[in-house]
Amino acid sequence: MPQKTETILALNDLPFSEGGLILVERALREIAAGTHLQVTSAEPDFAIHLGAWCRLKGCGFEQLRGNECRITKPQNFSVRSATAIPAGDIHAPAGKAPESWGLAARGARVEPGISGFYFPLNHGNHLWTKRMAALYRRAAAAQWNPETAIDWFTTVNNPPEIEDAVVQVMTYLIENETAALIVPARFAAQVHPQYFEVMQLLAVQAADEARHIEVFTRRAKLKRNVLGLSTAGGQASLKTLIDESDFSLAALLLSVLGEGSFLSLLHFLRSYAPDLLTRQICRLAAKDEARHVIFAMTHLTAALQNEPALLGKFAAAIRRRHDDLTSTAGLNEEVFYSLTLLAAGDTTAAAIGRGYRAMKRLERSMHIGRVRRLTQLGFRPAEAQSLSELHTRNFM
Amino acid sequence: MARPFTLAAVAYDAKVVNIWEGFKTFFAKHGLAFDYILFSNYESQVAAHFAGMADAAWNSPLAWLQSVEIAKLKNLTAEAVAMRNSDCDLRSLIVARKDAHIQRIVDLQGKRIAVGAKDSPQATLIPLELLAQDGLVAGKDFHVEYFDVLVGKHGDHIGGERDAARALAAGKADAACMIDGNFTLFGFEGTINPAAMHIIAHTENYDHCNFTVLREKKHPDTDKFVSLLLAMDYEDHEVRPLLDMEGLKKWVPGRTSHYALLEAAIHRFGTIKDFVSEVAAKN
Repeated sequence: MPQKTETILALNDLPFSEGGLILVERALREIAAGTHLQVTSAEPDFAIHLGAWCRLKGCGFEQLRGNECRITKPQNFSVRSATAIPAGDIHAPAGKAPESWGLAARGARVEPGISGFYFPLNHGNHLWTKRMAALYRRAAAAQWNPETAIDWFTTVNNPPEIEDAVVQVMTYLIENETAALIVPARFAAQVHPQYFEVMQLLAVQAADEARHIEVFTRRAKLKRNVLGLSTAGGQASLKTLIDESDFSLAALLLSVLGEGSFLSLLHFLRSYAPDLLTRQICRLAAKDEARHVIFAMTHLTAALQNEPALLGKFAAAIRRRHDDLTSTAGLNEEVFYSLTLLAAGDTTAAAIGRGYRAMKRLERSMHIGRVRRLTQLGFRPAEAQSLSELHTRNFM
Repeated sequence: MARPFTLAAVAYDAKVVNIWEGFKTFFAKHGLAFDYILFSNYESQVAAHFAGMADAAWNSPLAWLQSVEIAKLKNLTAEAVAMRNSDCDLRSLIVARKDAHIQRIVDLQGKRIAVGAKDSPQATLIPLELLAQDGLVAGKDFHVEYFDVLVGKHGDHIGGERDAARALAAGKADAACMIDGNFTLFGFEGTINPAAMHIIAHTENYDHCNFTVLREKKHPDTDKFVSLLLAMDYEDHEVRPLLDMEGLKKWVPGRTSHYALLEAAIHRFGTIKDFVSEVAAKN
């Protein structure tokens, strides 16, 4: 049987620029290079359109008669598709993702030659686990609307000194949450899209912090036009988090140790804040912070399984941060006093004594939480104890 | 040290730098020392080529004819050594709105015709020549509306042609001139509604850009430059983005048989006479 070399396509009255082109391309994809496609059309200017298109596509073109044309398919017609390579597997990302995959979806077929992208976080074994997708879904589902989730119209009528203490604590929380937004936002832009769940988690984390900044600011402004004190020591501590360029170390310092400690602080405020509104805000923020801690623990556990020696780097990073901050004042006195006053409820000697003891319990609770998480990561209990004691006195 | 093979090109768009930087890397990889000089207009490029600043010029069809004429006056020979596959067999169209009741060229009498830049072969000179061959004289038998975007770039910048098409779509012109591929493109991008337009005339096939060299002043690496161009393969993903940006699937040997329409136009309109004399008188 002779080989079929001429395929016929009748476009009838479908104009070339209004869909005819799609049928021509489809027909050409189905024939072999070097063979012919004969196309007929009732469109008056069809041959002109088709001829110009063939020239741009590198196809051979011959006007047989009237609107009956013959296209010869060139060798390179489907070159993009023919030479494309898979960008990992949709179900299981590659161990290492090359820059040449660019922004391609995981599992897409990518044309070679893509360049100019730089995603330094491109080792999946250090970043990604199967659990990340579920963590992201949970984080996305747990988003809350500050406008409706918080009862902004509840009565807040604290004594002036107590209200001042709330404003000082909010001022402190806002700057801490600003650091906690900047760090994941920066790393989100460094994650190779192959590990998109990690990118999504970091993006949601940044969005969480944006929401916290909103609600803490709104609470601080509720009764006051001026906010509290921001100290050099507090900011020096936060700057070490922002300056940390290693993703795993940043996750350890910010999320495992810092946000982990903040969890205790937010629970403390949920118990001792003088008004329902502040307690609501702290309860919601604590739920978000807990997810950040889980994400960081998941990521670091995976990284350590792949590279156990990382544990030594973690210890060194905690010690280095401690050394960097030895000359700074740590938690500012105003914040310490304000938290004590909130736990005390008033300024009588007996109340302040209770408040002070509550603060000591808070610090103890933060320490216990840090030791537990460091132990979970693989530190021996004694080492976890000593490393936890080196954590910044600024809490975050 | 011998000068690397130096190409003159017109920066009709910012992407031109990326194109020639990319090709420079390709040539270097294949053992050709290559450099390029960019000009803001073809007239400066042609003058510089004859002044010896470059060994080849990536010329528009008008710049090619300028080079041919200047070469004749200087007892030199301009040669077209290579071109894009997409430079071959273009056609210019005269497109009218269907509601303007224009069926044939003769119906353009007294009408407003939108064209591209004054020096655009495809959107101005060649279509006006087509009309002139049918006895219609611009300015006398019909009104010409020029869309002079970036004069000096010989219409390489699509802006003038697109503006002419917009004028047609807006009813500010009765007909517009454009290259065949752009008629299709303008329809796709929504500049015009193709269903409301029809082609009332088209030119014969003609050719567009070419790499021009002067035979008597050939750089020793000219043949290597041409053979490397012709060897570029669209299947090679390193050069494919460059070929896409430059609008071709493959380089083909230069041919000079399809510039007659433009040649007739420039002689009729005196488009390049003064420039040719001026450059030929130098050096």
